[in-house]
Amino acid sequence: MQLNTNVVEIRDGAVELGGRPVLRGIDLAIHAGEVVTVLGANGSGKSTLVRTMLGLVPVCRGEVRLFGTPLGKFHDWRRVGFVPQRVTAASGVPASVREVVGSGRLAQRRLLRPLRAKDRAAVTDAIAAVGLTERAGDGVSTLSGGQQQRALIARALAGRPDLLVMDEPTAGVDQASREAFAATLDRLAGRGVTIVLVAHELGPVRRLIDRTVVMRDGRVLYDGPPTGDAAAVHEDGHHPATAATDHAPAVVSPVDRGEAN
Amino acid sequence: MVLFDYAFVVRALLAALFTGLAAPAVGTYLVQRRLALLGDGIGHISVTGVAVGLLTGAEPTFTAVLVAIAGGIMIEVIRERGRTSGDVALALLFYGGIAGGVLLTGLAGQSAATLNTYLFGSITTISSGDVWVTVGLAVVVIAVAVGLSPQLFAVAQDEEFARVAGLNVRAYNLLVSVLAAVTVTVAMRTVGLLLVSALMVVPVATAQQVTRGFRATLLSAMGLGTAASVGGVVISSYVDVAPGATIVLLSLAAFASAWPVGMWVRRRLRLATPFPDPADGVVDGAAGHTVVPEDHDHEHGQTCGHRPVPHGDHVDYVHDGHRHAPHGSHYDEH
Repeated sequence: MQLNTNVVEIRDGAVELGGRPVLRGIDLAIHAGEVVTVLGANGSGKSTLVRTMLGLVPVCRGEVRLFGTPLGKFHDWRRVGFVPQRVTAASGVPASVREVVGSGRLAQRRLLRPLRAKDRAAVTDAIAAVGLTERAGDGVSTLSGGQQQRALIARALAGRPDLLVMDEPTAGVDQASREAFAATLDRLAGRGVTIVLVAHELGPVRRLIDRTVVMRDGRVLYDGPPTGDAAAVHEDGHHPATAATDHAPAVVSPVDRGEAN
Repeated sequence: MVLFDYAFVVRALLAALFTGLAAPAVGTYLVQRRLALLGDGIGHISVTGVAVGLLTGAEPTFTAVLVAIAGGIMIEVIRERGRTSGDVALALLFYGGIAGGVLLTGLAGQSAATLNTYLFGSITTISSGDVWVTVGLAVVVIAVAVGLSPQLFAVAQDEEFARVAGLNVRAYNLLVSVLAAVTVTVAMRTVGLLLVSALMVVPVATAQQVTRGFRATLLSAMGLGTAASVGGVVISSYVDVAPGATIVLLSLAAFASAWPVGMWVRRRLRLATPFPDPADGVVDGAAGHTVVPEDHDHEHGQTCGHRPVPHGDHVDYVHDGHRHAPHGSHYDEH
């Protein structure tokens, strides 16, 4: 990787969902090895911001680059790990922890090839890193909420990414999982992995943070060194939004494009 | 075995074998995406496809495949765009499909009896040409559903994650819809359009009563589907009953016997699950240190009959609606 290349770069980015502007005037560059948190109230656009970085939400103006490559031409997905905002890792059919984490190797695998020894080792390591080794053969739906989140984090780690993006990975998670999460993050940051973490509250990971981006109403309110506490951003005269802002009201119609975020 | 002396029984068994393997293979991904009724929807739309064949004089299986694939793609596009209200759109397609089929069949001057052979299957009248088409299509479906299982699993499990892993999520979703459409028309001759969804979904529901992993569920559902469809054909060749309905009822019987086992296993797992540590990590919590007041005439242990449940670094004993944790010479309420 070249020096001075930003891992994530958004220039003059704007995002619309269902025709309504959600993010405006986003200029953001995240450098290699940084540990960045994105903070903000519900509906402030922090989740949309990281989803925009990964191309899950298209920009309607401006440009997004990953590792210096415009998103449309970016194919090196093996360098990116993602932990989506989810309540559960379960789906309609049972799946073991090992199988869910194994999905994390897909970007490294070729079509119709069986798992190689290297893939298996990476999956085993990722499961061990989040402390789920004893549960590896169990169905994810039998795990506690915190353990399921740990399985989703392990899935992102299994690809050994250079950039790890996590959308509220510790929401509603028990204390043991929070501490396991902080220890994992510490090791990753030590290896030079770039980390983008959307969070409501930081808890034990606070000491690892290099930089904080605070979102408010779809714009970047603050971008700089951590201010100590998420609450501090509300001290400058802004009051926290108490209700989720619905940028694109859902309309019940069978074939309409309802783009709730 | 006297069964194999009849060529039509051999053909029926071959068709049943491959349908029984293919339908649950696709059905597993439908159930995983919580689209268990997609097969049923495609089945309804295929009625129009069959009627188009009857009206134009083309081979009904051929027109049904085309219409089913178009319907499957339409359902997937609506599902992707409509999100929350997709079920209403699906209902519109379902009833449009079956009403169109009935109308066109009437226009073609065909009786309801002709349509019935497609609605409920007519495996014993299947020709040898039909058998080879069935086997060929089923082999393709099985090869794709098993061969691409890592990708299809990831997409059905978590679309956003799959996109960030570089997978073309839309293409894989469309692939599942097309596989489902092909399977429906393959199974049309075996169990019929109105019952095909049962062969896609019921074996999966049965398998997941006892399985913990995805691959195990996929493979055992295929086994169960094969057993039910071959068993149904065998039974109906001895007793004069409809093969399609027998196949579906056999699948349901398997589910009915697996379900209590699954319930029992899940209950045991639930009761043995460790109690969570409170979020602050302090076991005594807000209530503080609460000593259990009543006397115990025995010491709690592995053999005392009170259910031991791990809690952090110790074991709680479930005791008449209380959780007793040994603490020195007495018990604490946890």
